[in-house]
Amino acid sequence: MIVYFFIMLAVLAIGSALAMVINKNVVNSALFLVLNMVSLAGIFLILNAQFLAVIQILVYAGAIMVLFLFVIMLLNVEDEEKLFDKFRVKYLLTFLLAMVVMGQIFYSLAGVTDMLPQISEQMATIGTVEAVGDVLYTDYLLPFELTAVLLTAAVVGALMIAQHKIKRTDEI
Amino acid sequence: MVGIDWFLGLSAIMFTIGIIGVLVRRNAIVIFMCVELMLNAVNLSLVSFASHHGNIDGQVLVFFALAVAAAEAVVGLAIIIAIFRNNLTVDVGKINLLRW
Repeated sequence: MIVYFFIMLAVLAIGSALAMVINKNVVNSALFLVLNMVSLAGIFLILNAQFLAVIQILVYAGAIMVLFLFVIMLLNVEDEEKLFDKFRVKYLLTFLLAMVVMGQIFYSLAGVTDMLPQISEQMATIGTVEAVGDVLYTDYLLPFELTAVLLTAAVVGALMIAQHKIKRTDEI
Repeated sequence: MVGIDWFLGLSAIMFTIGIIGVLVRRNAIVIFMCVELMLNAVNLSLVSFASHHGNIDGQVLVFFALAVAAAEAVVGLAIIIAIFRNNLTVDVGKINLLRW
């Protein structure tokens, strides 16, 4: 049962990621990214990470993607007309480079996964809000508070960039 | 039973798709979304390691990665809006602000 569930979600995730890269329309690719994140939240549920699945949908598929869609519709960018319509050397080089990186990742995984244990016995209780919060507010308290500083700095920086008056120049 | 190698393989494939997107697309916003895709792939591998070792630390790392991704999205989109107001384009092939 879990195998079928995983295969369905994995096919959905890979398909939506490919559709995001291939699609010409920016709004469509943003919506495919939302689909990808929702299927990834389902995979987190398989892995017993309930808290992270909820956070994934709330923060990523909710907040960040709304921000992306807002910017896309604010900028009113035109579609990329000439995407994949003719063969280019750049695309071949990109594909080769990506395959090299994937080969490296799979090579390192093949060296590691033989030594890894199967699913741990303690996994029934791990991943709940209590378990994550217990570690988060004791061992990781300083990084957690630094995260608050980071988010504040990001908001202030974004406001400064957005409010800066720019003289429009014709040359780019 | 689904082993850890299935999850790590899915993570590797999603990371590769993100790399292809960053290198092929020319729209700056789509490049940003592909970076988010790569972050998601790494999050998946962290969660699978945490779950299969029975150790919660990987999930806490994913929490921090999510917070940093949110900050990065805010600042990056503000920069994209600033560049668009200056140049009226987000096509990275036409933007050469940093070209020497």
